[in-house]
Amino acid sequence: MLSMQNISKVYRAGLIETHALREFSLEVNEGEFVSVTGPSGSGKTTFLNIAGMLEQFTSGRYELDGRDVSSLSDTQASAVRNEKIGFIFQSFNLIPDLNLFDNVDVPLRYRGFRAAERKRRIEKVLETVGLASRMKHLPSQLSGGQQQRVAIARALAGEPRFLLADEPTGNLDSHMALSVMELIAEINQGGTTIIMVTHDPALAEMANRNVHILDGHVSNGDADTPFSQVAAA
Amino acid sequence: MFSYYLKLGLLSIRRNPLMSALMIAAIAVGIGACMSILTVNYAMSGNPIPQKSEQLFYVQLDSWDPNSPNDDGSFDPPDQMTYTDATALMKADKAYRQIASFKGSLVLEPQGDDERPFSVLSRNTWADFFPMFDLQFLHGSGWDDAADYNIERVVVLSKETNERVFGGENSVGRSVRLVGMDFQVVGVLDEFHPAPKFYDVTNGAFNDPEDLYIPFNVGIEYEMPRAGNTNCWKSIDGDGFEAFLRSECAFIQFWAELIDETEKQEYMDFLNAYAEQQKLLGRFPRPLNNRLNNVMEWMEEEEVVDEDARVMLGLSLLFLLVCLLNTIGLLLAKFLGKSQDISLRRALGASRATLFVQHLIESGLIGLGGGILGLGLAWLGLRGIEVLFGEYVENLVGMDWVMVLTAIGLAILSALLAGLYPTWRACNITPAEQLKIQ
Repeated sequence: MLSMQNISKVYRAGLIETHALREFSLEVNEGEFVSVTGPSGSGKTTFLNIAGMLEQFTSGRYELDGRDVSSLSDTQASAVRNEKIGFIFQSFNLIPDLNLFDNVDVPLRYRGFRAAERKRRIEKVLETVGLASRMKHLPSQLSGGQQQRVAIARALAGEPRFLLADEPTGNLDSHMALSVMELIAEINQGGTTIIMVTHDPALAEMANRNVHILDGHVSNGDADTPFSQVAAA
Repeated sequence: MFSYYLKLGLLSIRRNPLMSALMIAAIAVGIGACMSILTVNYAMSGNPIPQKSEQLFYVQLDSWDPNSPNDDGSFDPPDQMTYTDATALMKADKAYRQIASFKGSLVLEPQGDDERPFSVLSRNTWADFFPMFDLQFLHGSGWDDAADYNIERVVVLSKETNERVFGGENSVGRSVRLVGMDFQVVGVLDEFHPAPKFYDVTNGAFNDPEDLYIPFNVGIEYEMPRAGNTNCWKSIDGDGFEAFLRSECAFIQFWAELIDETEKQEYMDFLNAYAEQQKLLGRFPRPLNNRLNNVMEWMEEEEVVDEDARVMLGLSLLFLLVCLLNTIGLLLAKFLGKSQDISLRRALGASRATLFVQHLIESGLIGLGGGILGLGLAWLGLRGIEVLFGEYVENLVGMDWVMVLTAIGLAILSALLAGLYPTWRACNITPAEQLKIQ
């Protein structure tokens, strides 16, 4: 489903070059739940941004669903992002002056769904995350855990095949983090492919497979190692 | 999506009320200044009789001194006509319609014992004045040709004069007393305030129309007091009114209605033949230089929109530009401040083009606000111009629907232009950089 071959990402600031990713290769199959770990500055977030087409890579080849995404125009890339990819951010990134309904509505608007279809989807996903009764609330009226649930609902509303989560529990206490992780695991069991960046080994354990990044490339062998084997190593 | 973008625009404006208010105020001040001046220019340069301005021609005969330029230094034919020439052209009756006219100043004596006499401005003209210039009547009509030739003391009142003298009643058949003589009212005009006052721009292009209209020949026969400009290049040979009428003094405006180009050419040929004939009589010493200008050509020729007004318009547009530069700075700060929101929307599937449209609509909304507030400021500006310049600009400081819509349109267009660069910058933010730091 996701195939990266020899991806490099170099940031240039004047004469200084920073290699965020070096010859990075990874294959993720449909329905997998992959955790991505690594120390700060190792390139985890860069990988996630490239996977989500939020950032261009310097060289290499990236295919999503068999399609080379490097040649897509901005409009085409945006459409792919909208239809196939859902994002969950560490700091939720809800729009503060939109209520829950309207926050979840954002990606659906860009998809061009009619009002009735949008309403059906929004009600369904808010029901899934247990916040159907709070549709008209503003994000500031919710706890951190609830806000992350709304962000998950927003990511799911377009029924993406691919969910990218960047430290989804980083701003939550352990109780709320567990609850959110259970929700993410449930989503994966429903067939959605998930790639989750995390610092927390305990959360990484919940994935089917772990990819450890160090100095911009995959450090745990062929990157197809099941989590249990990585942990043992 | 348009309504969605409108909603987002309104939310964004509400989110930063102070900055939004500054932008709206900057546009409003620019629009207010610009529209005040534009309104005056618009009124000055408007076509006062669009339905037939192409077939009404102001007639100039060059009877002037060969050795002296006109007051303005040019060797153009004089703006007005002598009595000799005007009556000759009227008598020749070569145009579909033609009228000679001049301005007078009279005293009207109301009939009630308690009423005091008051001054009125009159126009001494011919019966065709009313149909030629499409004047509408509230009561009665203009006089007929017989009244012109029989020198009948008839009068057409303006609506305002009829209200003042007869309280707005139908006064047809009643009489008014002018300079000691009774004149029978034959008609009362409806509203008539052409701007510019095209039929006589030589006596103030933006003055009010006259209070009443009487036959040309009556004014001459009874030597009724004239008002307005009289220009002479030769001293008057003899004394008295008769000598004045025979002189080379020009005080009459002459208009001809000519239906098509053929009629215009034939009339010009007639004017030139007339001038040649006068040369044989020792008049018209200059080379042939007679003119026929239609209404708008005549307004241009007379520089009804004067140079100062054009300069002021240029300055006000520059001022609007300065206000827009301020708005660009404010919009840039505002839109770059929304970089996280923009990045998030990019992540959720919005293309650059979609976000560009969304933010241009937000700019347009700011422009709409600026336009509405600017209209209020323009109104204040026009009242200021009215106070400064008084009656001279009274007919120039009213905003019609065209100007209201122009103000709103100009404000929105200005805001859209001001929003282009900030929007472009905002839409080119790399989303990853912004989402990373949240």
